[in-house]
Amino acid sequence: MSKALKIVVLAKQVPDTRNVGKDAMTPEGTVNRAALPAIFNPEDLNALEAALSMKDRVTGSTVYVLTMGPQRAADIIRDAMFRGADGGYLLSGREFAGSDTLATSYALSCALKKINPDVIVAGRQAIDGDTAQVGPQVAEKLGLPQVTYAEQIVEIKEDVLTIKRRLEHGVEVVECPIPAVVTVNASAAECRPRNAKRVMTYKFAMAKSEIAADSETMAAQRAAAKPALQIVEWAAADVDPDPMQLGLSGSPTKVKKIENVVFQAKEAKKLTAADEDINSLMVELIASHTLG
Amino acid sequence: MANFFSDNKDLQFHLQHPMMRKIVELKERGFAEKDLYDYAPQNFEDAMDSYRRVLEIAGEVCGDVIAPNAERVDHEGPRVVNDHVEYAAGTVENMKAVVDAGLSGLTLPRKYDGLNFPLICFVMANEMVARADASFENIWGLQDCAETLNEFASEEQKQKFLTWVSAGATCAMDLTEPDAGSDLGAVMLKATWSEEKQTWLLNGVKRFITNGDGDVSLVLARTEEGTTDARGLSMLVHDKRDGGVKVRRIENKLGIKGSPTCELVFTNAPAQLVGDRKMGLIKYVMSLMNAARLGIGAQSVGLCEAAYREALKYAHEREQFGKPIIRFAAVSEMLSNMKAKLQGARALLYETTRFVEVYKQYMHISHERSLEAEERQEMKFYNRLADGFTPLVKLFSSEYANQLAYDAIQIHGGSGFMKDYPCERLYRDARIMNIYEGTSQLQVVAAINAVTKGTFMEQIERYATAEYIESMQPIVAKLKELTAKFAEMQTYVETMDKETAGFKDFHARRLVETAGHIIITYLLARQAGECADYTDSVRIFCKLSVGKVMEAYSYVMSSTAEDIALFKAVEAEY
Repeated sequence: MSKALKIVVLAKQVPDTRNVGKDAMTPEGTVNRAALPAIFNPEDLNALEAALSMKDRVTGSTVYVLTMGPQRAADIIRDAMFRGADGGYLLSGREFAGSDTLATSYALSCALKKINPDVIVAGRQAIDGDTAQVGPQVAEKLGLPQVTYAEQIVEIKEDVLTIKRRLEHGVEVVECPIPAVVTVNASAAECRPRNAKRVMTYKFAMAKSEIAADSETMAAQRAAAKPALQIVEWAAADVDPDPMQLGLSGSPTKVKKIENVVFQAKEAKKLTAADEDINSLMVELIASHTLG
Repeated sequence: MANFFSDNKDLQFHLQHPMMRKIVELKERGFAEKDLYDYAPQNFEDAMDSYRRVLEIAGEVCGDVIAPNAERVDHEGPRVVNDHVEYAAGTVENMKAVVDAGLSGLTLPRKYDGLNFPLICFVMANEMVARADASFENIWGLQDCAETLNEFASEEQKQKFLTWVSAGATCAMDLTEPDAGSDLGAVMLKATWSEEKQTWLLNGVKRFITNGDGDVSLVLARTEEGTTDARGLSMLVHDKRDGGVKVRRIENKLGIKGSPTCELVFTNAPAQLVGDRKMGLIKYVMSLMNAARLGIGAQSVGLCEAAYREALKYAHEREQFGKPIIRFAAVSEMLSNMKAKLQGARALLYETTRFVEVYKQYMHISHERSLEAEERQEMKFYNRLADGFTPLVKLFSSEYANQLAYDAIQIHGGSGFMKDYPCERLYRDARIMNIYEGTSQLQVVAAINAVTKGTFMEQIERYATAEYIESMQPIVAKLKELTAKFAEMQTYVETMDKETAGFKDFHARRLVETAGHIIITYLLARQAGECADYTDSVRIFCKLSVGKVMEAYSYVMSSTAEDIALFKAVEAEY
């Protein structure tokens, strides 16, 4: 049995791109965030479950969520608390706006240096950018080992994690010393549901700026009075960064052009395994010069 | 990504009922625990917000976990391994999900780690679970056995068993025996006091016990040696961890195949007495049964919801003669009737739940302090309504569950007869609902008192004097005509019964159903005043009611004393 672990989950609030309507994109070709519901990035939920399962196994461990985003990103921290996380850190401020993956991982790594966790768990990638870069970049910036494509934390022993990775051609079981960064696949265990009592307790959890915005309400007064209900909120200055590496100025990625790609699916045809069907297919393929 | 709460506007509507303010106030005792527990509500709005959020969690677990598992649970079913039940793999997953979500001990007090939610939230969750998988509702819904313990058990017993239920322990009510089904007074399972072990020991056999290998079992047993009737029976609670109970077999059933129906053999199984001796059947099982009947009401409405949705979906997808079959009048009529019955049964279910809730809360409060005269009167008032409405909701919703499941297959045509669509499972699952926890025939026996003693008629008159919107006036006028017919039938039957023994029994179902049709139509008319979505359903349901009441009316009014003998003649056959 290992000593108690301080686990941080990197999570992102993303527009739900899984059920997109007609107005999902702006005429300029960027994502129309207003038209899409903001959700907990799906693979980050797998990461949260991996973290909570470690907490279940190692007594005394804690799980905190770290997210960078606007004030409303506090929603996913609350969601994580409903599912079992102890609390969270919201990294928020104008200085972070316009960050690409490099600036994002820089900002996160500054915050992580302050938190100093034993294990950092992240989803493999977010469904809005699909880059899968932030987790690995954070590991590089902190000089930590990284295990990507993790499917299961098999064992936690002393200061070593045994992790099953799901790769293209099979699985691999590796050992990794901690502190380390682990990025988790969608094939890992699904996150546990929100828990009724936790929802009733932590629905009042709030970040500093949220309390300030509604200070007269019962909810805000409740949050202000109870430290367990306070989500840590950090502005850029709180994490001692090099300002040049933050936000737009820290983001070398330049979008040159965006193209709308429309799939033009043609009519599908269903064939049975009968000789007759296969014959007619061959005839057709030869006729269209696809074969022969 | 389905959510059985968010996708159901009708269900959400019933959570918003004006009486909720009173119910929450009673349940929370004026929010006395707001500073004692982190999760206790601060005020009415906070409480309602929590109910909605938790029902959304339940809806998500139902839509994303329980419903997708239903087919494989139905095929796999539970097994007996080493004298104990092993659930199907899907059932184990379902159980884990509901426990992780904290949906245990939903209505129990916070001092026993419960959520202290009103009964209405439990009934709603029950309904959603049943829509997902009726067989799992049997297992999960049995947590309401804990409410009976909460009512009658000692403080020590409550500390032990209720906190365990809140942590996810499952329950069973062990009543039926091979020779004691509807007639529970004939129960023979023996309980003897052991001076040596300072405990009661149970010996005998129980049969048809749903979730018979549950963690906490409430057992009806004979503590008074030499007795043969209900007065010798007591209620005991058995802890599975104490051993002494073997599962001899699991029944191979037509439906709800995921729910283990067990034959149990008790051999010196230790148990504790609950409440007073000899009150087992007379008092405690009656309370247990009433709660269970409301549970089956919820299960039936959940099944109606599932059947209606399956049928509606298929009727849109299936094309014949160049168009979806829903565009054929014969199909859309069936679907409209299904929807009206579903919404009607649900209206009755939540009206009944509110009556039960207020009555039960006053009863609990009366254990804490003596009630004011006005409160006592209110408790009696709602108790009377709850006693009449509970068998009524069980009768109507379980019969509707069967009718809707039947219609769902009919709309699927030949495909519905195959095992390829969920409607065949729904049809099999529905079949038990108008049988267990008292057959429909027994619900009539339980509800006929509410006809003779005027409970239904008084309540109908209360509905009649309420205010309705303009567009409902023709419906209300029609209902007043039907009520006059009901009164006429009632008088005729009472008069005839004085001369002809058995005349009232013979027509009891027709009388009870007449009252039910009138009541449900009134409830829907009231809902139409608050939400225009119900306008069509109430019109359709009113047509059904007119047909049913007129049929009963002509049958009853043309019935003579000779009918009793006529229908008894069959006794000589066979």
